[in-house]
Amino acid sequence: MSRKFTPKVVTANDLLIGDVVYLTHDDRWTREHREAELIEDEAHAQLRLLDGASQKNIVVGVYLADAKAGPDGPEPTHFREAFRTRGPSNYAHGKQVGEQPGPRQH
Amino acid sequence: MYSYNDFDEAFVRERVAQFSQQVARRIDGSLTEDEFKPLRLMNGLYLQLHAYMLRVAIPYGTLNPTQMRQLAYIAETWDKGYGHFTTRQNIQFNWPLLKDVPAMLSALADVGMHAIQTSGNTIRNVTSDHFAAAASDEIEDPRPYAELLRQWSTDHPEFQFLPRKFKIAVTGSPNDRAVVKSHDIGLRMIRNDRGEVGFEVLVGGGLGRTPMIGQVVRDFLPVADLLPYCEAIVSVYNLLGRRDNKYKARIKITVHENGLDEIRRRVEERFAQIRPEFHGHDQKLLEDIRAAFAPPAFRNAPTDAHDQFYAADPVYRAWADTNLAAHRNAQYSIVTISLKAPGTTPGDATAEQMRVMADLAERFSHGELRISHEQNVILPHVHKSDLPAIHAALVQARLGTANVGLISDIIACPGMDYCALATARSIPVAQEIATRFDELKLEHEIGPLKIKISGCINACGHHHVGHIGILGLDRAGVENYQITLGGDGTETAVIGERAGPGFAYDEIVPAIERLVQAYLANRTEPTETFLQAYRRLGLGPFKAALYPAEGAQDAA
Repeated sequence: MSRKFTPKVVTANDLLIGDVVYLTHDDRWTREHREAELIEDEAHAQLRLLDGASQKNIVVGVYLADAKAGPDGPEPTHFREAFRTRGPSNYAHGKQVGEQPGPRQH
Repeated sequence: MYSYNDFDEAFVRERVAQFSQQVARRIDGSLTEDEFKPLRLMNGLYLQLHAYMLRVAIPYGTLNPTQMRQLAYIAETWDKGYGHFTTRQNIQFNWPLLKDVPAMLSALADVGMHAIQTSGNTIRNVTSDHFAAAASDEIEDPRPYAELLRQWSTDHPEFQFLPRKFKIAVTGSPNDRAVVKSHDIGLRMIRNDRGEVGFEVLVGGGLGRTPMIGQVVRDFLPVADLLPYCEAIVSVYNLLGRRDNKYKARIKITVHENGLDEIRRRVEERFAQIRPEFHGHDQKLLEDIRAAFAPPAFRNAPTDAHDQFYAADPVYRAWADTNLAAHRNAQYSIVTISLKAPGTTPGDATAEQMRVMADLAERFSHGELRISHEQNVILPHVHKSDLPAIHAALVQARLGTANVGLISDIIACPGMDYCALATARSIPVAQEIATRFDELKLEHEIGPLKIKISGCINACGHHHVGHIGILGLDRAGVENYQITLGGDGTETAVIGERAGPGFAYDEIVPAIERLVQAYLANRTEPTETFLQAYRRLGLGPFKAALYPAEGAQDAA
């Protein structure tokens, strides 16, 4: 018997910036996990993965990541995905301080 | 130091121009990611967890002050103001934008640096002893040979698509500070019975998921045979190495599957075939390279200043005791600048710190800096009378930590804070261990102890050869840390032994503390190091300290 499907979000990195992005239900790429489309159906997940992967000039490395519903929108379930929503733990860089890759914004 | 000749300069500039166009074509959509990825990897550009990452080679770990200042400039202009020195004598910039990478490469080319072959299935940056040309135990400066290998391997047409990556390390000293036994090819300079200098050639070493210690494929290789012999090894591997399974593609597996004797037979056969094609041009080149590595003009002056500070200032004395090493010139010292202040990220330096180190090298170290695989920076040639001034400047720049070789001088890979391959974090584990032992004020009492941490099985953090090795894994969706004990990365190299089940993230620091307490309780005297105690006692008492509950259960 195949494993029960767990909800997913479509995620990738932005081609130009490198930052982590998520696919929304209205086909935008957002930098906020909670704005992602939470996909509860396996067939729909495969379709949305194809939709995301077809945007080859916007994003790189598209994949499905486990997620769950939360009060403010989807939340990651695995620690790797949780880190991707924040940034590194050794510096206040990245999403956790609202900062993008590239030179520091003074 | 070696400076680029016209050929090097033209080659690197051409590569920057090519890659600039490739980036432009990726951005305008005419190259797909599948097409672009191998091109960016050839130029050291990775896509990591949160951003792109540019890996820049520091051949055999040698830098001049101008180059160090340029790294500072790059860190400030296109990154977030710092760089990360790695266990492969590279520097990584963690936050570049794709559009800025051509400008970064161009800035590197301005100072004779590049990111070529820092990724991909090619011969990577050739590494060496960070104390080269300064160490008192050295037979000969290994860097001219490393530079010769760099020139030979760069864009070598036969070796651009090897079964897997290929790493060469060279040491000129019997005390191995370059971990040569864990490289695909390890070269150890030795003298034969007639007093001639040559290499003991090791092959098939490596860490990663299948750690192996390199084996001697040739007892004594004359210096003049270096390139054809290395070419023979890589060419045998290129044909014989497995391409069906990436986890079995390194030469260590080729040696293991075919046997050392068969590898040696094939290498010698290939060597006999190609040796006549080397007509001595390489030796002429080597002579020119050697001239570029001529030793500096050492000063002859009193060293009283150092002696007086040493006697009077305990902070200076602690630093001198741990961070200085014997130089071949008795008036000089080798200074290791610790990039491991407790609580900071191992191997990271801010742009401002890079400039301080560049200035110190210019004023006090004959214009030379080294990057060690242990993620520290070295001033190789410092007259002892200048040491107090250096120490004062380092302290001001938060670079004066007196911990080289001690428990807080931890090697750690970037782990899951940056790396897309990682299965757990390693940097915060290093930070917390260092902070904890700083609080305990025990580290000088503990003495020499190397902790090495990897955030995945690929072992960039060299955990297998740490006296205490820590491997971060993902166990059922939770970070879990396995401990290995008794590893050794020197000339007496040994792969560490797994101690038992892993520890959760919040259990790992207390576990290390119990291990160290067990060592302190069991050592015969303070001069018996952790590694010596482990070799004498075996796993037993350390395992009991790590897993006290199990011991209690057994006793019940």
